[in-house]
Amino acid sequence: MDLRKLVDNIKPSFEEGGKFSALHSTFDAFETFLFVPKTVTTRGSHIRDVMDIKRTMSVVIIALLPALLFGMFNIGYQHSMATGANETILGNFWFGFLHMLPLIIVSYVTGLAIEFASAQIRHHEVNEGFLVTGLLIPMIMPIDVPLWMLAIATAFAVILGKEVFGGTGMNIFNPALLARAFIFFSYPTKISGDKVWTYGLDGGLTPVDGFSGATPLSIAPNAMANGTTVDWSCLPVMDWFYGFIPGSIGETSTLAILIGAAILIFTGIASWKVMVSVFAGGFVMGSLLNLIDANTYMQMPAYYHLLIGGFAFGAVFMATDPVTGAQTETGKWIYGAIIGIMAVLIRVFNAGYPEGMMLAILFANAIAPIIDYYVVQANISRRQKRVKCSTK
Amino acid sequence: MSNKITIKKGLDIRLVGKAENTLHEAGLAEVYAVCPDDYKGITPKMLVAEGEHVLAGDAIFFDKANPEVLFSSPVSGTVKAIVRGEKRKIMAVEITPDAQQEHRRIEGINPGSMNAQDVKDLLLKVGFWPMIIQRPFGIIASTAATPRDIFISALDTAPLAADIDFTLQGQTENLNAGISLLKKLTSGKVYLSTAVGSKLSEGIKDAECYEFAGKHPAGNVGTQIAKINPIAKGDVVWTVAPHHVAMIGNLVRTGEVNFEKIVAVAGSAIESPRYQRIISGAKVGSFVKSNIKTDVKARIISGNPLTGSRTCEEGYIGFYDNMVCALPEGDKYELFGWIAPRFKKFSMSRSYFSWLQCGKKYDLDTNLNGGVRTFVLNDIYNKVMPMDIYPVYLIKAILAGDIDKMENLGIYEVIEEDIALCEFICPSKIEWQSILRDGINQMIKEL
Repeated sequence: MDLRKLVDNIKPSFEEGGKFSALHSTFDAFETFLFVPKTVTTRGSHIRDVMDIKRTMSVVIIALLPALLFGMFNIGYQHSMATGANETILGNFWFGFLHMLPLIIVSYVTGLAIEFASAQIRHHEVNEGFLVTGLLIPMIMPIDVPLWMLAIATAFAVILGKEVFGGTGMNIFNPALLARAFIFFSYPTKISGDKVWTYGLDGGLTPVDGFSGATPLSIAPNAMANGTTVDWSCLPVMDWFYGFIPGSIGETSTLAILIGAAILIFTGIASWKVMVSVFAGGFVMGSLLNLIDANTYMQMPAYYHLLIGGFAFGAVFMATDPVTGAQTETGKWIYGAIIGIMAVLIRVFNAGYPEGMMLAILFANAIAPIIDYYVVQANISRRQKRVKCSTK
Repeated sequence: MSNKITIKKGLDIRLVGKAENTLHEAGLAEVYAVCPDDYKGITPKMLVAEGEHVLAGDAIFFDKANPEVLFSSPVSGTVKAIVRGEKRKIMAVEITPDAQQEHRRIEGINPGSMNAQDVKDLLLKVGFWPMIIQRPFGIIASTAATPRDIFISALDTAPLAADIDFTLQGQTENLNAGISLLKKLTSGKVYLSTAVGSKLSEGIKDAECYEFAGKHPAGNVGTQIAKINPIAKGDVVWTVAPHHVAMIGNLVRTGEVNFEKIVAVAGSAIESPRYQRIISGAKVGSFVKSNIKTDVKARIISGNPLTGSRTCEEGYIGFYDNMVCALPEGDKYELFGWIAPRFKKFSMSRSYFSWLQCGKKYDLDTNLNGGVRTFVLNDIYNKVMPMDIYPVYLIKAILAGDIDKMENLGIYEVIEEDIALCEFICPSKIEWQSILRDGINQMIKEL
């Protein structure tokens, strides 16, 4: 069967005046998904790079796969730990896959429905940005998050976080983080504490003795609340690095995230400067707190901060968002450092927010235009200085 | 002594079909034309009528706003037709050449005794003035101005570009004489930029010579200005293409108005890419027709693939262009193209697998390779912008119509060719060059 002929046959009914013209943007999205259009250049450069937004977004999705696959395995692994079951790697993965799939489907269906509708209203082509956002959202959720809550959060993020500003490319805040922030502030018990990170724990599953479901983020706050001390030298730090710990689905394995980072940096899609400066900012801030040494949390070795919680995931996949991040080269160093510093500060000083990464990135998103403004202003000053020099 | 500057930010696009160093004499075309659209922002007023006989160098029309700026016939012959488009706009003045070419001659040119006004008068008189381009804005130089400096780029790094060392072979003395004459027009310096190791700068008396190396746009005169002595608000500098400098030099030395030039005929849709000696304004078909591959649907471009203008066999080579190229049209669907490895396609990013083939040359077509989107990857353009300019901010200022910002962000320093690479790599497929021209037109109106 000639697929192209089939598409050409049904195309007219989706065009202006056709039977299904209300679905024009949707049809176009599917058609361009199947075929790169035959549009040729008309003005300006006659030849063009083959890079387009579809490719950009699919590379990011590929970079997310290691963390996603590990996340699926870890859902099963944590569940087996909690129940004391002796599952195989494949069994754990399959368990995680089955429980992760509904989250991904809900996120994509909700978000894409809104994207398609707003593209149709604006007579635009559907922008591919949500393909990444739609996968990021479930990856930064706890596995026990109710599906209806996920749907509302996604809708909130896409409508109020993106479409009201004009769609992909125009938004101020990272939409995936907005979805998380929405749940964090509206239903805090569903996204914090010790119980939500392991499937079933929140729903009444009684874990075997010794399994708490707590994430490494709560070690220091719990110790401080109970007035106990922590021996930082005997913690399973390598497990934190590999990711065999409770946490949001995609964020636990620093190793898998670093593989994704390598893909993004190698393909040139995400900025290594942002990633490096986020890690550096977090490490420097952690080291400073080590020097102050006023409580148990401040005693935690600085590099632990980079391994626990959503730090690595945020640094690699959220902070590097080219739309909401800093866009000037100098600005990126400052922007990244602010995220790293703020994330650690919020963790250590604000017991109410055990994970500082989300708020740190949203805060940096808000000030990124100001950072860029000053960098661009410096460029303008250099230019104006030249005027003064040449008129002397 | 030569100064060497290496351009690190940029992109070399290696295409199949670069002209080989062989020169063919094209002979006379059946028709030549002077096209007002080759020149930015002029309104032509005719000086000749159909059927009149002209010599090479005789004025054909002048610019309504600057009546002293004359545009002359490149050949001797008979005015065949004044082709008009919508609203009677003059599209082309076609001239049928005489079998025996006769050039207008200016006797008694003595460069030693000429001052700036004499030079201006000479260049205006024979229709050479439009060769001088003014920055800011990339328009024909104002006859009232004295430029800060004059820049000549004798290297071209654009894809498929002509090798200037080859096209100016044997023209060293003309180049030298042209530069010496131009020197009289500026209070500052004349700068000549060449490729590293080029012989073109040997023996040049009145220019400061620079060697440029590195990636495209190292050969763009805009890049060279930015590196040597950038344009500030209020500055006016002039640029002249090297083959035009040689024509001016030839006029000084022989007194003859001659529009002959060597152009590259290149591109993957060309049977045998090579150089041709033609006369400015020649009908494109006259020197490429027999050389175009018959099995491809080709797009013929006057100029290089990044900045050239679309033409056809019936069209005419642009006044400023020193090459014509033919590329396959890309009006074909590609199943799952955006997810395929695409070994044969070129991308600056490594998101396709074509990076595996280092040094390979690519056969690119004219497909847009995607749909138009808003700006998403805002930070990639800096990688191909060697000037101290934030290209996305400039383009956004233009889209917003903010004159102050355009000025502050450097619109005086750039013309289309300087941001052509941004357009090439743009994953959102935004039309940078036409947006910039709109911005420049707004600035011209405003000033």
